[in-house]
Formats: sequence, structure tokens, C-alpha cells
Amino acid sequence: MSPALLDFVEFSLAGLCVGALYALTGIGFVVVYKATRIINFAIGEFMMIGAYFFFGLAAQASLPNWAAIILALIAAGTVGGFLERFIFRRLIGESAISVFMVTIGLASIMVGLVEIAWTADPRSLPTFLPDRPFFVPLGSAEAFLASKNGWSFIIVAAIMAAFITVFRFWRGGIALRATAADQQAAYSVGINVPGVFSFAWILGAITAAAAGILVGSISGISSAMGAIGLSLIVVVIVGGLDSLAGALVGGLMIGWLESMASLYIGGEYKQVATFVILLLVLVVKPYGLFGTHDIERL
Amino acid sequence: MRIGSAKQTYAADEAIFKTDVQRLWFGLLALALILFPFVSSDYWQLLACLIAVNVIAATGVMILTGFTGLVSLGHAAFMGVGAYTAAYLSNHLALPFWLSIPAGGFAAAAVGAVFGIPSLRVKGLYLALTTIAASFILQSIFFNWTAVTGGARGLTIEPASMFGHLLVTPGAIYWIAMPIAALSVWWARNLLRTRVGRAFIAIRDRDVSAELLGIDLLRYKLMSFALASFYAGMAGAVWVYLFRVITPESFRLIESIFFVAAIIVGGLGSVRGAIFGAVFMTLVPELLKIGASDLAPYWPDAVKLLSPVRTIVFGALIVGFLMFEPLGLNEIWLRIRQRFALWPFRT
Repeated sequence: MSPALLDFVEFSLAGLCVGALYALTGIGFVVVYKATRIINFAIGEFMMIGAYFFFGLAAQASLPNWAAIILALIAAGTVGGFLERFIFRRLIGESAISVFMVTIGLASIMVGLVEIAWTADPRSLPTFLPDRPFFVPLGSAEAFLASKNGWSFIIVAAIMAAFITVFRFWRGGIALRATAADQQAAYSVGINVPGVFSFAWILGAITAAAAGILVGSISGISSAMGAIGLSLIVVVIVGGLDSLAGALVGGLMIGWLESMASLYIGGEYKQVATFVILLLVLVVKPYGLFGTHDIERL
Repeated sequence: MRIGSAKQTYAADEAIFKTDVQRLWFGLLALALILFPFVSSDYWQLLACLIAVNVIAATGVMILTGFTGLVSLGHAAFMGVGAYTAAYLSNHLALPFWLSIPAGGFAAAAVGAVFGIPSLRVKGLYLALTTIAASFILQSIFFNWTAVTGGARGLTIEPASMFGHLLVTPGAIYWIAMPIAALSVWWARNLLRTRVGRAFIAIRDRDVSAELLGIDLLRYKLMSFALASFYAGMAGAVWVYLFRVITPESFRLIESIFFVAAIIVGGLGSVRGAIFGAVFMTLVPELLKIGASDLAPYWPDAVKLLSPVRTIVFGALIVGFLMFEPLGLNEIWLRIRQRFALWPFRT
């Protein structure tokens, strides 16, 4: 097997694993967007606080990893619910752009608070994933896949499966889908719509925090890691803002494309490649691959 | 004091200054701006130049976002285009500043119009995202087109010269920056009284009905993008003469967010808001810095906390104004003015 092909396969695998993390965070974004129509630009910062909560609990308060993860997710969910109740619920009816700018402002506040609590220096998270790399057999050669990447992929797949089940069968998931489809109708059949909003924000924050912990365990954490949110916005636009399947496909796609861009064009062009894709998608298919089409046209 | 201004013509209704009292206040303001460099220190002159640059750029964003309703998060990159153009022309063709600054504006306008094309197909948040894409693409060009931009190391330029004098200190650049800022603001204010300006406002309020009224959306949206980018390019060019060194790091996404934040804090939909916002948002970090250095003797951590506190205050201003004072500082100003409208006859 030629080295070029082996490179291609290894980069593809790594890209798909990063893509799986994008997809997980993307779901955190889509859940919030579906229920409340809010573009959460602070999604990268939600990942960041999740990772820092875990860091604080596991490395500084030296709790066992499993307890730290659970507590960090609960704390992130609390932050999400708090923000929904005291900020976003008061902004219902404001223009979408205002709410979008509020999320940008919140992102800035979260970065500042994290820098006060933990300084801006990069840190590494305690390891909690097994340390044996994967070797994917490939003809005569074997493709290498870092252990953390592989395990993240497996964990993400498990969370995704849980998500799909919940949305399909659980009452709360159905209430959320009903609210997304038609708020008025959801109100009139007795669904607690503000409750659904809270639930969506809590769920979105928890999902993002989980992704943040995984990302942090792969590449370390810093107060600037929220910048990953930019790639994420591209993911959800490509997938279509309000589609869970879109977030999944878009995440894997963008992760893979970024990896290909850094293999064939060079790492510094990774983000540019992502944004060129964004421009193309917006011009050709503005509602993404699976998004709902708005009727308004000009 | 402003008592009874009975308007009898449309021209009077459209006038920028409605009473002599307003003209008087304005004259005093102009006088203060002219006298400012003679009575202030270097530090405050530098701040004044920065404020002027930000006022120019914020006025551009106000035209685009506040009046046409198209959100741009790529303005810092357009500013960068103007800055690099001015620097290149000044270094390689030895153009004087009074040619290279407008040239920077025109280059930015051309680039801005190109990146405005998606605005015909997408709007609102989607448009904001395409402008973010524009900002990243341009920044990568700044980094990698080494022949023109000097790559990551950036460029340095010779100081501007006027009548044989080199304009090195901020106090000297003030005489370039402030007049351009004043002209930009004056021009923007007048633009809004013309057919074009009213077309912009119609597009903002409802694009479908604007098109039904016969407004050519393609033309006016691109025009708005080009104009706003022209302002940004001029601001960038003045900025270059102020600092005389550019690196791609100077025009990041956060600077674009700064301009949108400035017009939100200032008050969307008024030129005065752009001025208020630019002044306020430039001064707040400086005031925090002064506060931190004053606190440092009593509380040694103050200086270390400065950077995160600035980040928090920046975010809190955006969130706070959008939640509690959505019309911004301009609305506060109007309220205060209203209180004094009949002073001293009735309070």
C-alpha cells in the first residue's frame, strides 16, 4: 500500500473523529435553535466552560474522573438553564440579530470569567480515556488512529444513539419537536413551552460541555478554545440549522474536509477552506443540506 | 434651551440644525475639537486619533447595519484592505497621504462590494456569517500574500508628510484623522436626507415592500456595502498613518465585533449613535486601564485582572444595552435633551 494512500486514510480517520465531536456540539446548537430560534454563537464557550468545570473538579478538587464528569455536566446544564431563564426568555420577541449579538456578548463574558478563575494559560485535562491506539487493518499495512480520537468517536456515537432514542420516544423529546414545529399549536395542546425552552438550553449546554471535555482531553484546554465555535457555525449551516441529521452529516463532513485541507493544502488554510465551503453553501443552498426552507424569497 | 421651532417649509423640516441654539452648541464643539491638540498630552491625542478612526469605521457600519439592516461582521477585514492598500501605495509608489487614504477607501469599497454579493441571496444571520467568512478569507490573504502584505511580519511605512513636515506624533496625525472623521460623519448625515439614504432605510424596514416601491435591491444593497467598506478602508488607511506598522493580527474578527457592538451601544439607526458608540467603546478599556493602575498600589492583582475584566465589560456592555437600553446611548442623550428642551421656563 502506497504511503500517500495510507496518509489519506489516517487523515480521514482523524478528520472523522474530529467531525464526530463537531457533530455532538452541533447537536447542542441545533437543539437550542430548533426550540427557541436562537443562533447560539457562544456554543464554543459552552464547550470551554464544560471543559474547565471538569478541569477544576478533577485536577484541582481531585475528585474521581467519573464524578467530575457528571458534576461538570450538571454545572454546565445549570449555567445553560440560568442563562435561558434570566436573559434569553426576556429577549423573546427581539430581533434575531439582537439575540445573536447577546450570545456574542455572553461568549465574551464567559471567556473573561474563565480567565479570572483559571488564567489564560493553556492546561491539559487529566486523562480518562484508555491509552492504547487503534490500528485499522488495511490490506498489507495498518492505519494508525490515536486512542483519544477513537474513543471520542465511540462515546459520541453512544450519546448520539441516546439522543435519537430520546427525541423519538420520550414525551419531553416529542414536546420539543412539537414546539419546534409550531409554537402556537404546542401551547394549545398543553405543552409547557417555556419549560421546553429551558429544557433545550440545559440539554444544549450539557451536550456542548460533553463535547468540550472530549475536545479538551484530546488537545488541551485554554480560554481561547471557544474559537472552535466558528467551525461549528459552519457545520450547522452546512447541515441546515434546524436538522439533527444535518448536524451529524455536516459535522462529519466538515471534520473530514478540514483534515483533508490540512493534509493537501497546509494546516494554516484549514479554517479558510471551511469558510470557502460556507460561502459556497450559502450561495448555492442557503438552507443547508437538510434545513427547513423558509418560504420568503426575494 | 429650544423653544418653539415652527417649521414652515420641508427644507426646514429636513434641516440638520433646527435652531440657532443648536448651531451655537455645534460651533462650540467644533472649537473644542480644534483647540484640543493644543491643551492635551500625547496620550490623549493618541486616544483622540483612535476615536476618530473608530468613528469613521463605525459610521460606515452604521450605514450598512443601522440604516440598511445588513449585518456585517467582516468590517475589520475591510479596514485591513484599506490599510494595506494605503501602505503599499505609500511605500511603492510614494503616494502622498491625501491620495493613498482615499485609494485605501476605494480598494476596500471594491472588496466590500464583492463580499456584499451574497446579501442578494441571504440575509439576516446568514449574511452575518458570510461576512465572517469574508473576514477569514481576507485575513488569510493578509497572511499569505507576502509580496504585498509582508505576511505575518507585516509592513512598516514612512510617516505622512504635509508641507514638508513629517507627521510623526499623534498630535500631528490628529489633523488628518479628525477632519476626515468630521467629513465622514457630515457626509453620512447628509446621505440620509437623500434618495439613496431613504432607499437604504426602506430596505431595512421591509425589503419586500422596498422592492415593490421600485427600489432596486441589488443596486442599493451593493451600494450600501461599498459605502460602508469605503468608510472602513479610509479608517484603516488613517490607522496605518497613526501606527505606521500593520500586521494581519490587527484586523481580527473581534475588531469587527467591536464595531457592531459600538453601534449597538451607541444606538442603531442614527449617525449620532455611531459617534457615541465609537467614543464610548474606545474610552471604556482605557478608563479600566487607568482605574487598574490607580488601584495597583492597594491591590497588586488589579493589573493582572485588567485583561479579563476588559473582556467581561465588553460582553456585559453588549448584553446590558441590548437588554435594558436597546436604543443605546443616543436614546439616553435624547431623553436628557428632552428634559432640558423647555429649560429654564419649565423643568
